[in-house]
Amino acid sequence: MTAPIKQHLIDPEICIRCYTCEEMCPVDAITHDDMNVVVDVAKCEYCMACIAPCPTGSIDNWRMVATPYSLDEQFSWDELPAQEDLGEADSGDLMEAMEDEISTLLAEAHAGTGGKPVAPASAAKPSINLFSRAHPATATMQGNFRLTDAQAESDVRHIILNFGDTVFPVLEGQSIGIVPPGTGENGKPHAIRLYSVASPRGGEKPNANNIALTVKREPDGLCSNYLCDRQKGDTVDVTGPFGGTFLMPNDANANIVMICTGTGSAPFRAFTERRRRAMPGAPGELVLFFGARRPEELPYFGPLRKVPASLLTQQLVYSRLPDRRKEYVQDRMRNCAGDMARLLEDDNTHVFICGLKGMETGVDDAFADICEEAGLNWAELKPTMRSSGRYHVETY
Amino acid sequence: MLDTMNVNYDTSIPNNVGLSEDRRILKALERWHPGYLDWWQDMGPEGFQESLVYLRTAVAVDPKGWAKFDYVRMPEYRWGILLAPQEEGRVVPFGEHYGEPAWQEVPGEYRAMLRRLLVIQGDTEPASVEQQRHLGTTAPSLYDMRNLFQVNVEEGRHLWAMVYLLQKYFGSDGREEANGLLQRRSGDADKPRMLGAFNEATPDWLSFFMFTFFTDRDGKMQLEALAQSGFDPLSRTCRFMLTEEAHHMFVGETGVGRTIQRTCEAMNDADITDPTDVEKVRALGVIDMPTLQKKVNLHYTLSLDLFGSEVSTNAANAFNSGLKGRFHETRIDDDHRLLDATYPVLKLVDGKVETVDEPALSALNMRLRDDYANDAGKGVERWNKIIAKTGVDFRIELPHPAFHRHIGEFAGANATPDGEIISEAEWLERRDEWLPSDGDADFIDSLMKPVWEPGQFAGWIAPPKVGIDNHPGDFEYVKIEV
Repeated sequence: MTAPIKQHLIDPEICIRCYTCEEMCPVDAITHDDMNVVVDVAKCEYCMACIAPCPTGSIDNWRMVATPYSLDEQFSWDELPAQEDLGEADSGDLMEAMEDEISTLLAEAHAGTGGKPVAPASAAKPSINLFSRAHPATATMQGNFRLTDAQAESDVRHIILNFGDTVFPVLEGQSIGIVPPGTGENGKPHAIRLYSVASPRGGEKPNANNIALTVKREPDGLCSNYLCDRQKGDTVDVTGPFGGTFLMPNDANANIVMICTGTGSAPFRAFTERRRRAMPGAPGELVLFFGARRPEELPYFGPLRKVPASLLTQQLVYSRLPDRRKEYVQDRMRNCAGDMARLLEDDNTHVFICGLKGMETGVDDAFADICEEAGLNWAELKPTMRSSGRYHVETY
Repeated sequence: MLDTMNVNYDTSIPNNVGLSEDRRILKALERWHPGYLDWWQDMGPEGFQESLVYLRTAVAVDPKGWAKFDYVRMPEYRWGILLAPQEEGRVVPFGEHYGEPAWQEVPGEYRAMLRRLLVIQGDTEPASVEQQRHLGTTAPSLYDMRNLFQVNVEEGRHLWAMVYLLQKYFGSDGREEANGLLQRRSGDADKPRMLGAFNEATPDWLSFFMFTFFTDRDGKMQLEALAQSGFDPLSRTCRFMLTEEAHHMFVGETGVGRTIQRTCEAMNDADITDPTDVEKVRALGVIDMPTLQKKVNLHYTLSLDLFGSEVSTNAANAFNSGLKGRFHETRIDDDHRLLDATYPVLKLVDGKVETVDEPALSALNMRLRDDYANDAGKGVERWNKIIAKTGVDFRIELPHPAFHRHIGEFAGANATPDGEIISEAEWLERRDEWLPSDGDADFIDSLMKPVWEPGQFAGWIAPPKVGIDNHPGDFEYVKIEV
């Protein structure tokens, strides 16, 4: 059996047959008959030139298909067919990205979810893959600040990229790709690296058309060193946005439990800032478990201290404090077992885990213990939460 | 001082026509700009000039550059001058000059005719803004209010587009015409707008949706015909305008569609199976199907009048001279000169509706109108699909082109929506069966209560299926008080 592919489709219920997309398509992949406007899967190159000019949003539809829908099938539709169930085999290959290179990266990052990741029901519809390796967006480095203490071993940076007049819409939880220039020893271009966006939709500064990243300089990291060395005014090739499941619930009643270490805090900075800007006073709780070795190495330690407890419950956890026992996020979760159990019992609660792969087992065990103590069954609850878009893991 | 001014002004007008290097036209537009802003303040959306509106601004003509969304105060909207990219080796695609290189300057002998075409097209753009200026106060949602304002600012941009061509290619005559476009007023007894439908009031939101569906669709067809023009700057201007016009079609089609959807849902919820039981349906606070049909009858026929006389020497001249082509001219398989061709024209012969073959060259208005009717008909069928899906037993139909006409072959004839010619007495007696009565208008008006809570919609209209720019349902599309 051939691997499923992503097929670009137009929603016939929303389309108004203005044929603007047809005019825009550089490869004539879009045609129409008397009723429907359709995309030829054999011709579409996923360049996205048709997406922005569509006045209705009907153009922005995608299905994973084992056998692509023919033009005649599409002509016959009154409505878009539902996503067919392709089983768990393609779990990472959903609506996260168009390019296989990126899909593979996200599939690995989301593997810890333990099944097909599902976006929160209330999440806004993300834009995916507006820019690709073949057609990247150019961003200008607007700021590059060290977040960790100058004495600290780890060098984590807050990087701000400005897109100027280029439209680059992101949602909280999405990632972007950085294309490091040049080629490797094998003569092939360097692999694209993904970074979670640390700023909310609307920009690091509201309406400034910029985004923030949280980047840790890795000793031999080609891309992280490239990014961390960029100076204000330098340009960077960017692809994306990517990710269609690890998204912030857009619901004031949603409780969001965020568990992270290191640069895994990036999406949660975006979540928190989004809540602060768009729904201050929302009834849903925001709870953050954030682990680092010591305060000097905890990204955003300073700014976090200014976030009021009414907006965000903070559990900052350190594993290398002098004269203290090592404490990890899972230890603190157990200490908060009562609150955690209360939240897990609530259907409005969403759990997001982001950080290093190594944290997954410890966090999962903590959830199991908390559940057991409260008479819940984590082995049953987790898949229920996952399939209803309330359990998310993104680890590297 | 002057340099600063140029920089400021240039950045306030996004353009891809090299405005900063063209000092003559830049100066002319600078002189016109304050008058335009005065007009916008006087005649633009009333009561919302300070509100922040989530608008799409065109900042470039490439597909990714012209749909940039942001909160904007309407008077600060960046009205730009944007032409579709020049096509290498483009030729005049029809008429006497068929196959000659497209003109980058106006041929002397066609100046007057072209100027007339630009002024008529340009006059409709500010007219519709004037017609719609009071609607904001009764918007059924912030989503709809945003869509109205998007239509308004883009009509404003289309005025800029025509004014640019007038100023650039027609010297002092063009300047005068450009000023005239700011002086006429929709519905004004002394200085009315040039075309009839643009002097009619747009008193309520259903009228607005019908107007954008039917009357803006005439605009789309005219732009399609002008986009074929041998005068290349006009062709490029219209091609870019068409991408924006698509949004106006969207507002109309989905606005009426959502109204229909809501009516059918309310009828089903109340177990009303007879769609003609007007009183019962109206008691639900939704617009009944017969009234929707009457609104269709009215707006469709007013829009048919905009195509002018079915047989027209002016249209033949505009085609022969290579200025205004047919819908999708380059996709038509014929000689593109129409030397011997004929075209069937619907006429009133001895009191009967008949089809008569006329020289195709003189029947161009009829042909464009047929293309229009076909295009509109497809949208109506999609409304019928919405009705069918809810199980309500009703169909919306476009009336016969002889019905309720004031221009062309059927002006003055009395015809039923089926095209049957009747006496004047019968017409007067039955008019209110077919066209909205004062009572119908009063009922619609009674529903026009503003709903300004984000995510909330008036009871007579269903929410849209997807938000603008992928935004969720409760997005605050207009921040009214800032």
